[in-house]
Amino acid sequence: MSKKTLTFALMDAPYESENLTTAFRLLAIAAERGFTINVFAYEGASALAFAKQVPHPNPVHGKNVAEENHPTTKDQVAALLACAEENGGKVDWVNCGMCVDERGVNEFVPGTRRGSPADLHAFTEASDNVLVIPTK
Amino acid sequence: MAKKTLNIVESAYRAVMEEQDDTILWVLAAMQGAGAEHTVVLRANAVNYAVAGQGAPGMAVGKWTQTQAPKMDRDVADLIEKRKMTVYVIVEDVAQRGIEKRELMSGIRLLPRAALPGLYEEHAIVSHW
Repeated sequence: MSKKTLTFALMDAPYESENLTTAFRLLAIAAERGFTINVFAYEGASALAFAKQVPHPNPVHGKNVAEENHPTTKDQVAALLACAEENGGKVDWVNCGMCVDERGVNEFVPGTRRGSPADLHAFTEASDNVLVIPTK
Repeated sequence: MAKKTLNIVESAYRAVMEEQDDTILWVLAAMQGAGAEHTVVLRANAVNYAVAGQGAPGMAVGKWTQTQAPKMDRDVADLIEKRKMTVYVIVEDVAQRGIEKRELMSGIRLLPRAALPGLYEEHAIVSHW
């Protein structure tokens, strides 16, 4: 089977929606299959790869930082990039530049980059399919 | 003495995988710890939080795995048992979703829609989440 090229456009901010859980599950499967993956992280999703995210304890659960083991989306992005590479694929993760500027989240996980809607256009032209997961 | 607040929770399963709990129930528990006095009504899709034995497997992305996936029934039980909050579910919303009453966790109270106005009268503030 030929290796597909898939583009995902994400819009939801981290920690606000189940849409990103769905997105990461799909992205993980694509990475495990060695696909070429393009991600355009737009609007709130431009914070997914923000490098300064920090896990926190959960006093309501009565757990410290280690016990709570709170997930951060930056770790999921980094794991996605590593998974793709291990399986012979690659991820081109683009953070919308204007979106990160207005949010002050312009320090990214290594391996992701700043970009623009022109990247989404280029991704679309080069992809077998495009999935938009918009904010609802 | 704190103002009695009635919290009607409609939003359900929003970002629970990333937060490992429901953000509304969480903030109510945290406020209760600070002295607030809350009552909770689960309505619409949020009635499913009262179904016992639920849970989702943790996420996995490559070698990253989630170890503390949310358990919403555990969090509702925490409100009832540990924090002594009264938690209701709207009976009609439970029935509409095909949930049998025997599937609900112990300690949860059933509330017909028609009884809501009376509950409003008993509280100083009504917050609809």
